[in-house]
Amino acid sequence: MGAATRSEGVRNGLIQLVLLVNALVMLYPIAIMFLSAFKSTAEIYATPFALPQAWSLTNLTTIWAETNFPRYLLNSALITISAVAAILVLGTMAAYAIARYRFWGNEAIYLFFLAGLMVPLKLAIIPLFIQLKTLGLIDSRAGLVLVYAAMGMPATVFILTGFLRSLPGELEQSARIDGASEARILWSIMLPLTRPALVIAGIHAAVPIWNDFFFPLVFVQSDDYKTLPQGLTIFMGEYNTDWGVLFAGLALASLPITLVYIVLSKQFIAGLTQGAIK
Amino acid sequence: MSWRLRLWLGFLLAPPLALMTVFVVYPLASAFSYSFYEWNGLARGGFAGLENFRLVLFQEPFSTWTYRAFGHNLIVFCSLMIVQNGLAYLIAFALLKGLPGHRFHQVAVFLPVILSTVIVGFLWKLMLNPIFGLVNQALVAIGLAAWAQPWLGQPTTALGSLIVVNAWHWIGFPVLVFLAAMQRIPREIIEAARLDGAGDAVLMRRVIWPLVAPATTITVVLMFIGSFNWFELPYVMTGLDGSPGGATDVLGLYFYRTAFGNVTSGLQDFGRGSALAVLMFAFIIIVATWWTRVLRRREIEV
Repeated sequence: MGAATRSEGVRNGLIQLVLLVNALVMLYPIAIMFLSAFKSTAEIYATPFALPQAWSLTNLTTIWAETNFPRYLLNSALITISAVAAILVLGTMAAYAIARYRFWGNEAIYLFFLAGLMVPLKLAIIPLFIQLKTLGLIDSRAGLVLVYAAMGMPATVFILTGFLRSLPGELEQSARIDGASEARILWSIMLPLTRPALVIAGIHAAVPIWNDFFFPLVFVQSDDYKTLPQGLTIFMGEYNTDWGVLFAGLALASLPITLVYIVLSKQFIAGLTQGAIK
Repeated sequence: MSWRLRLWLGFLLAPPLALMTVFVVYPLASAFSYSFYEWNGLARGGFAGLENFRLVLFQEPFSTWTYRAFGHNLIVFCSLMIVQNGLAYLIAFALLKGLPGHRFHQVAVFLPVILSTVIVGFLWKLMLNPIFGLVNQALVAIGLAAWAQPWLGQPTTALGSLIVVNAWHWIGFPVLVFLAAMQRIPREIIEAARLDGAGDAVLMRRVIWPLVAPATTITVVLMFIGSFNWFELPYVMTGLDGSPGGATDVLGLYFYRTAFGNVTSGLQDFGRGSALAVLMFAFIIIVATWWTRVLRRREIEV
């Protein structure tokens, strides 16, 4: 028994070591990115592993004041918030109809949304480009919002339908007997219960939109509507040799989502792996 | 069903279905039809039959580019299956023990997943810089200066470097998918195996592996779809031409260049671009569907 516990202890120690090495590999580059933001370029070249000597804010102010970073940030925020709002409203409507009513075509509509899960919409970029051009939505925030909203719909409908189906039916029935309208039942009874699933679906939809680079690359040309990831590619080119500014740009761009992630890590992990876990 | 209820359902379903039709179904259907036409810039020319397909598959120099890119995607997929999904399985198993700090490790391994590929790509481009990059500086510091090399600048290491960076970026996803599947295995099964004298290796291969089959299905299929759609990371790190000398050219880059032109040539062809999109789409959907079926067959219920 003693030998068994000792070998157990050794094994756990080894596993702990593997996990620590792994955590170091995952976190160290990110730590370097944040630390280098406070260093001068010369300092980064000379002592790449050391902590910043002076914690200078010069790089960060350069990014904030001399580039269009604030505008890109605002565009990303506006686009992500609008698209996720549209996804949650429309997704809830579709999922609610599919999950809580029995009607002809119910299953077909559900399968229609499910099929969207597998579709790589990137490959439809040529017709999407032409279509947005025809609709006058190319080079605008609205065009991106609509494409993102459509792209996020299948997963949202999938997550919310699964959740809404699991709710008991007695609630609606007693409300119906009391004479509540269908809209009233959805708004006052079902929607409050759906809140946890809406958080999960919202995160699942928001993160890929916030991080996306491909659709703005094709749809947006004028600087006024560029998003944060897209804007990054611009000043990464402009400040090519000024590594302090480059790291500051990367750090600043990662900051919002990293902070939210640290606070809501549980919801983020649940949200982003949703659909892959039965 | 009363007309009021019909109206209510119509109100609920019409807007989401309309959105999907206009921005998903219609573009996909158009992509298909576009590939049968000649294109002059944004203007559609005459009907071309299968000419665009013939060009990208059998006509030099397009066909060479197509097959080279396809080969690279295949390498990316196979390598990532090992360094991303394989490693993820081992890390998930290590996390399953629930040793002190396991919550922290989960949060840490998932952190890069939430970052944009643009951020990850540029960060690692700086890290892999031949002179000032942290990777080479670290190699020099530990006395392995001979190993330091221009990782992204030479054909032998460029694609491999991108693959490792991709694994770093996304590994948290399969780790947590596998972990969730492992945690759902009833304790009694694992304890019974332990009582029968199964060590970690046997447990991992004979007991846990078959029981997490659904997680394997989903990670393999998503990896497949992702590998053949690969675009952002090579675009950010090695450019639209898949430098050096096309060593990192993959279907996503090649498709984008064909459709929208690149800075140097500026030539664009929506016809060949659409043909490529249709071929990639068909390949991805057919293989993914077939593979899902095959993998589902080995899933067992606990």
